[in-house]
Amino acid sequence: MEGLDILIKFGLIVVIFLISLVVAMYSTYAERKVAAFFQDRVGPNRAGPWGILQPLADGGKMFLKEEIIPTNATGFLFIVGPSLAILTACIGSAVIPWGQTVVIAGKSIPLQVTDINVGILYIFGVVSLGVYGIMIGGWASNNKYSLMGAIRAASQNISYEISMGLSIIALLLVTGTLSLGEIAQQQHGWHWNVIYQPVGFLLFLVCAFAETNRTPFDLPECETELVGGYHTEYSSMKLGFYLFAEYINMFISSAVMVTLYWGSYNYPGMDYMHELLGDTWAPLLGFGVMFMKTLLFIFFFMWIRWTIPRFRYDQLMDLGWKILIPLAIANIVVTGVVITFFK
Amino acid sequence: MSTFYFIAFLSIFFSILVISAKNPVHSILYLILTFFTFTIHYILMNAQFLAVVNFIVYMGAILVLFLYTLMLINLNKESEPVKPFMVKLAAVFGAGILAVALVSSLKVLTHTSDPVVLKNPNLGLVKNLGKVLFNEFLLPFEVSSVLLLSAMVGAVLLATKEKEPKPTI
Repeated sequence: MEGLDILIKFGLIVVIFLISLVVAMYSTYAERKVAAFFQDRVGPNRAGPWGILQPLADGGKMFLKEEIIPTNATGFLFIVGPSLAILTACIGSAVIPWGQTVVIAGKSIPLQVTDINVGILYIFGVVSLGVYGIMIGGWASNNKYSLMGAIRAASQNISYEISMGLSIIALLLVTGTLSLGEIAQQQHGWHWNVIYQPVGFLLFLVCAFAETNRTPFDLPECETELVGGYHTEYSSMKLGFYLFAEYINMFISSAVMVTLYWGSYNYPGMDYMHELLGDTWAPLLGFGVMFMKTLLFIFFFMWIRWTIPRFRYDQLMDLGWKILIPLAIANIVVTGVVITFFK
Repeated sequence: MSTFYFIAFLSIFFSILVISAKNPVHSILYLILTFFTFTIHYILMNAQFLAVVNFIVYMGAILVLFLYTLMLINLNKESEPVKPFMVKLAAVFGAGILAVALVSSLKVLTHTSDPVVLKNPNLGLVKNLGKVLFNEFLLPFEVSSVLLLSAMVGAVLLATKEKEPKPTI
C-alpha cells in the first residue's frame, strides 16, 4: 500500500468515526425530542434555536462533573468497564460498506474501511464482546444493584445472541457469502434481502433491540427495580461513556440491519442515477440513501422505546428461548428446503 | 516470525497470571486476554474463520458464562475449599506427567513440519474449511455434534426439578 492509500484509509476511518460520534450525540437530542412529541410536550428548547445545542451542553456538563470512584470499588476495573464499552461500540463500523467505490480525480476510493471475508462474524464478535464493558463495570462497582444489572446483561446477551446467529444463518443460505461488501452488492436495485428473509429480519430486529439494551429489553438498567442498573455508581464522563456507547451501538446496529436486510446503499433506479451523475456523485448519493435508512431505523428504535413498556425478566427469557430460537430454526429449515427445491 | 514469538510470550504470560491471580474474577479476565492472544495466533496463520469463531464462542459466550457464574457465587476467604496436602501433591504429579507426554509427542512432530509455517496458507478460510469438514470429516463432525446434543439434553435433565409425588390422603 502506498502512502496516499494509507492516508485515504486513515481519512475514511476518521470520517466514519466522527459521523458515528455526531450521530450518537444528536441521537440523545432526537430521543428527547421524539419522547416530547410522543408525550405532547416541547422537549429541550433552551440551548440554541430549537435546542440544537443541547448535546453540547450535556457533554460539557458530563466533562465538568466531579469524578467519584467508590472506596470499595476495584479501581482499575472500574475504569476499564466504560472504556471497553465505548471501544467495542466504535470498532463495529470498520466492516460496514457505506457506499460503492467513489472515483475522485481518477482515484477510486472504496467507502468501506476493510472488506474481510468474515465480515458478519466480525460484527457478531464485536457485539458479543460488548457485554464485557457492562459486566466488568457492574462487578467492579461493588454494589448489589450494579451486580444485578451486570448479571442480567450477561444472561440477556447470551440468550439473544443465539437467535441472532440463527437468523443470520438463514440469511447466509440466501446470500452464500460472509462478506458484508458482497452482501451489499447482491442487493442491487430493489433486490433487498428483506423480501427473501422477512422472518429472519424480524428476528434480527428483536435481537438487535435486546443486544443494544434498548427498551423494551433494557432490564440491565431497569430504574424501577435497580436504581440505575450497572451504572449506578458511575458519575461524570464514565457514565457519559456508558450512555454514549448505547447510542453508538444503536447507530451501528441500525447500519448493520440496513446492510444485511434493507439493501444497504442500493435503491430502485440507481443505474439511471449512476448514468446521470457519474462515478463521483452517484456513490455519494448511495451513501446518502444508506444514511437516511439508518436514521429511519434509529427513529424506529426511539419510537419503540416510547411506545412499548419494559418486559418482565421471565417474559424476556421466555421470548428468547421459547419463541425466537424455535422460530429461527424453523426459518433456517424452510429457507434450506426452498433453496434446495426451487433454485 | 518475531510477531509469533511476541504473541506466544503474551499467551504464556497471561496464562500464568490466570493461575496466580488471587481473585477468581481476575483470573477469568486474564483468561479472556489469553484467549484473545489465541485469536491473534489464528489470524497470523491466516485462519480468519477460526479466529472469529474463537472470538465469538470462547471470548464472547463461554467466558461470559464463567464470569456470570463466578459473580453469582459468594467468594469469600472463609468459603474457599482447603484441599489436603496429598491431593495437591497428586495434582502436581499428574500435571507433570501430562506435560512430559505433551512435550515428547511434540518432539516427534518438529522433525516433520514447522508449526509456524503452513503448507497450505488458505486452509483456514471459510470455503476450504467447510469443504474439508463436510467431505473428508463429515462423520466425525456429525458424531461430535450428536455428542454435544446429548450433553445438552443431559444438562437440561439435571436442571429440571423432579415432580413431587402427590400427597396421598
